[in-house]
Amino acid sequence: MDLDLSPDQKLFVEATRDFIDKTMPLTAVRELAKRDQGFERSWWDRGAELGWAALLIPEESGGGSVSGEGLLDLAVLAEELGRTVAPAPLLATNTVIAGLLAATDGPDHSAELEQLAAGELIGTWAVYEPGSGFTPLSPGLTANRKGETYVLDGVKDRVEVADQADLLLVTATTDEGPTQFLVPAATDGVTVTPTWSLDLVRRFGEVRFDGVEVGVDAVVGRPGAAADAVERQLQVAVVLQTAETVGAIFRVFEFTVQWAFDRYTFGRPLASYQALKHRFADMKTWAEGSAAISLAAARAVQAGSPEAATLVSSAKSYVGAKAPQIVQDCVQMHGGIGVTWEHDLHLYLRRVTVNRAMYGTPEEHRRRIADLISAEKEIA
Amino acid sequence: MSQATAAPVTTGPDGMETVESFRLRARAWLAENMPRLPEATDDVAPEGDDDAAWVRARELQRTLWDGGFAGICYPKQYGGLGLSEAHQHAFTEESLPYEMPLLLNVPTLSICAPVILDMGTEEQKLEHLPKVLRGDEVLVQFLSEPSGGSDLAGLITRADRDGDVFRINGAKTWSTSAYAADFGLCLTRTDATVPKHRGLTMFLIPTKAPGITMRRITQVNGSTEFCEEFFDDLVVPASSVVGEVNGGWTVGSRQLFHERTAVGGGSPYVSGQGARSAGTAKLDLAELARETGQGDDPRVKELVGEAYAQEKVQEALIGRIVSAVEKGQFPGPSASIIRLFHAETDQQHVDYEVAIAGSAAVTGPAGQRSAGYAGQHYLMRQGASLGGGSTEMARNIISERILGMPREHAADRDVPFNEVKRGR
Ligand SMILES: Cc1cc2nc3c(=O)[nH]c(=O)nc-3n(C[C@H](O)[C@H](O)[C@H](O)COP(=O)(O)OP(=O)(O)OC[C@H]3O[C@@H](n4cnc5c(N)ncnc54)[C@H](O)[C@@H]3O)c2cc1C
Repeated sequence: MDLDLSPDQKLFVEATRDFIDKTMPLTAVRELAKRDQGFERSWWDRGAELGWAALLIPEESGGGSVSGEGLLDLAVLAEELGRTVAPAPLLATNTVIAGLLAATDGPDHSAELEQLAAGELIGTWAVYEPGSGFTPLSPGLTANRKGETYVLDGVKDRVEVADQADLLLVTATTDEGPTQFLVPAATDGVTVTPTWSLDLVRRFGEVRFDGVEVGVDAVVGRPGAAADAVERQLQVAVVLQTAETVGAIFRVFEFTVQWAFDRYTFGRPLASYQALKHRFADMKTWAEGSAAISLAAARAVQAGSPEAATLVSSAKSYVGAKAPQIVQDCVQMHGGIGVTWEHDLHLYLRRVTVNRAMYGTPEEHRRRIADLISAEKEIA
Repeated sequence: MSQATAAPVTTGPDGMETVESFRLRARAWLAENMPRLPEATDDVAPEGDDDAAWVRARELQRTLWDGGFAGICYPKQYGGLGLSEAHQHAFTEESLPYEMPLLLNVPTLSICAPVILDMGTEEQKLEHLPKVLRGDEVLVQFLSEPSGGSDLAGLITRADRDGDVFRINGAKTWSTSAYAADFGLCLTRTDATVPKHRGLTMFLIPTKAPGITMRRITQVNGSTEFCEEFFDDLVVPASSVVGEVNGGWTVGSRQLFHERTAVGGGSPYVSGQGARSAGTAKLDLAELARETGQGDDPRVKELVGEAYAQEKVQEALIGRIVSAVEKGQFPGPSASIIRLFHAETDQQHVDYEVAIAGSAAVTGPAGQRSAGYAGQHYLMRQGASLGGGSTEMARNIISERILGMPREHAADRDVPFNEVKRGR
C-alpha cells in the first residue's frame, strides 16, 4: 500500500494483478487446496518469467528490479499475492536469495542463484526446529567437519514449501559457531515429510538430516559467521510476510465494507449502525497503521538503515497481531456466512494466522525489540 | 544571539535553502543558543500550572525568533521562514536535546495561528502572527461549552451586533491554559433563527477584558491548566470577526482540522517535539522495567517491545497520512485517523506503565522517580481520547467521510436552532 509507487511500479502492479486474476483467482486457490501440492511448478515458472525471483538480484548476476529498489518491488508483489492468498514460494525463495547475496565472502553460489532467479530451482530456509520457537542463531542441528566435507545431523520443521523445494538453506551449529549450508533436497540422507498446514495452499514440512554429507563448498559465507546473513534473511522474510498480510487485510476490508452497504437489517444497511461504523473506523485505522509500518520496515531494510532490525520487528509485532483481529472482526460483520467454508473469509483468516505465527510471533519479536533497545542503550 | 558562527546557507534550484543546509545551520545555532534539556527532576508537578514556565516558554520562543528559526512553515510576510515541512522535520530532529517552548505548540502554534493564517483578514494576520512567532502572544481555543463539546455547532454562547461592536454573553469551558493566554478563538451564535451550522460566527477575543471572568478548573491529577470563562456583555469590535459573520462553521471546521492534525502529531507548525514537562512525559517502559527489577522478565519485555512498536507505527502512520492529505491522495478528514491512533497509542502506553509499575504506581516513598508518575498518568488516561475532539467523533468521521457510510441521524438537521431540543 505504497501511495507513491513509481509509474514503472504501477505498471508492474497492473501486470501482476492481471496475471493473478487470470491464473490464480480464489477459485483456483480452492482447487489447489484439494491437491497434494500447494501449487504447480509450471505456474511458478511463469511467475519467474515475470521476474518474481529476480528482483533482489543485481542485473550483472542475471536479476533486475523494477524501480532500482528490488526489495520494495518485491514487497509490492507480495502484497498483490496477499490480495488473493495465492500460493507461490515467493517468500521462501527470495529469503534464500537474500541470504546468498548477504554472504558473498564464502564459496561461490552464483550458479544456484541464477537458477533460483530463473525459477528452475525453488529454495527455502530450514530454520525452525522441533520443540523450539524462532531462535535462528542457536540451532540444534549440527554440522561436523570431516576432511573436505561437513556431516549434517538433526531435524528442521515448519519448513515452508518443503515438499517442492530443491535447495535448503540450513542454519546449523559447527565448532566455529552458527553456519549456513546450501543443501540440495535430493542429497542422500535428507528426508522430507509434509506436515499439515492451516493454510490450504501454503504447505510446510519436516526435514530430517541423517548423516548428510556436503562439501565445504556448500557453506554460505564463512563458517561460524552466519549471524549477518541470518539477520538479513529474517528481515527480508518478515518484510515480505507483512506486505502479503497487508494485501490480504486490505482486500478483506474492501469486500467487508461493500457487504456492510449491501446487507440490510431492520430496513437499513449495516453501514448505518454506529456500533458497526465505529468498528469499521477502528479497522480502517489499524489497516492504515499496518500499511504504514510494513512500508517503513521495507524501506529501512532496502536502505540498510540502522533502524531496520527494530522496524522489522515493530512491523511484525503490529501487523502480525492486528491482521487476524481485523479479519475476525470482518467475520463478525458478515454474520453466520462468515464462518462457512463456502465464504472466502476463511482463506484469508488462514493466511494471516499462518503469517502471524511464522518467522517469529509478534511476542517473539517484541522480546527481540526489548533486547535490541537495551543493547543500543548499553552501547550509547 | 550570534549569527556570526552560523554555517553558510546553500540554496536549491527553487531558490529555497536546502534541507541539509538548513539542518546544519540549525544544529550549529541550537548548540550555541538554546539551553540543553535539564535532567528529569523528582517533583511530580502537573504541567503548565506554573506561571514561570509560561514566561520561560515565551523567552525561548523569542530566542528562536531572534535567531531566525521561528515559524519555519509560516509565510515570510507574517514573520515566518516560508520553508517546507521537510525543513521543519529536520529542525525538530535537531532540537530534541534542547529545551524548547513546547507549551506554545498546542494550541497556539499548531491550531490557532494556522486558523488565523487560513481564514483571517490581512490585518489580523499582520497584527497577530508576528507576535505569536515572537513569543509575545499566546492563543487559546474557546470552543467547548458547559452544555457540550462534541456537538460544537450546537453551542449557545451568543454574540449580538450592537452598531460597530458585538456583545458576547455565555460561557466556555475546558480551555487549556487560557489563564496564560492573550487571545482566544471564540465560536459564538449570531443567529438562532436558522439551522445550527448557519448561525455561527468566530471571533478573536482578548482573554483579559472587562466582561470576562475566568476561573481555573482542577483536573484529577491536580493540574489547574483548564479554565472556564464567563462572558457578561463582553464588547468586541466587528474587526475581530474571523471569516464571515454567520460563516463561523467554515472557520470552526478548519480549526478542527488543524486540531486533529496537531493532536494526531502531524502539524508542521510546531516548535520542537515532545512532552510539555516531566510530569506528562511518557515513562520509558524499559527503564521502568529495570527500576522495578523486571528487566529480564519475558512478559514485561513483551510489553516494552509492543509499546515501542506501537510508537514506530504511529510515526509511520503520521508520515503516511500527512503526505497523502497534502498530495490529495486521501481526503482531509483522514486527519481523524492519526487523531484516533494517537489516543490508542497513548492509552496503551499508560496501561503498560501501570502494569509494569505495579504497586509502585499507587504508593511509595516521597520524592520517588518515574514509577510514581504511572498512577498520575493513569488518572488522566482518557484525556487523550477526549481532548481534541473525542475518539467517538473521530470514528464517526472516519466511517462517514472516509468510508462513505450513512451519517448519524441528527434530530436538529435543518431545524432552526431556537426550536432544537436541548439537554438540561
Ligand atoms: C485534555 C483536554 C483538553 C481540552 N482542551 C480544550 C480547549 O482548549 N478548548 C476547548 O474548547 N475544549 C477543550 N477540551 C474539551 C473537549 O473538546 C471536549 O471535552 C470534547 O469535545 C467532548 O465534549 P464534552 O466534554 O462536552 O462531552 P460530550 O460532547 O457531552 O460527550 C460525552 C460522551 O459522549 C460521546 N458522544 C457525544 N456525542 C456522540 C455521538 N453523536 N456519537 C457517539 N458518541 C457521542 C462523546 O464521545 C463522549 O464520550 C479539552 C478536553 C480535554 C480532555
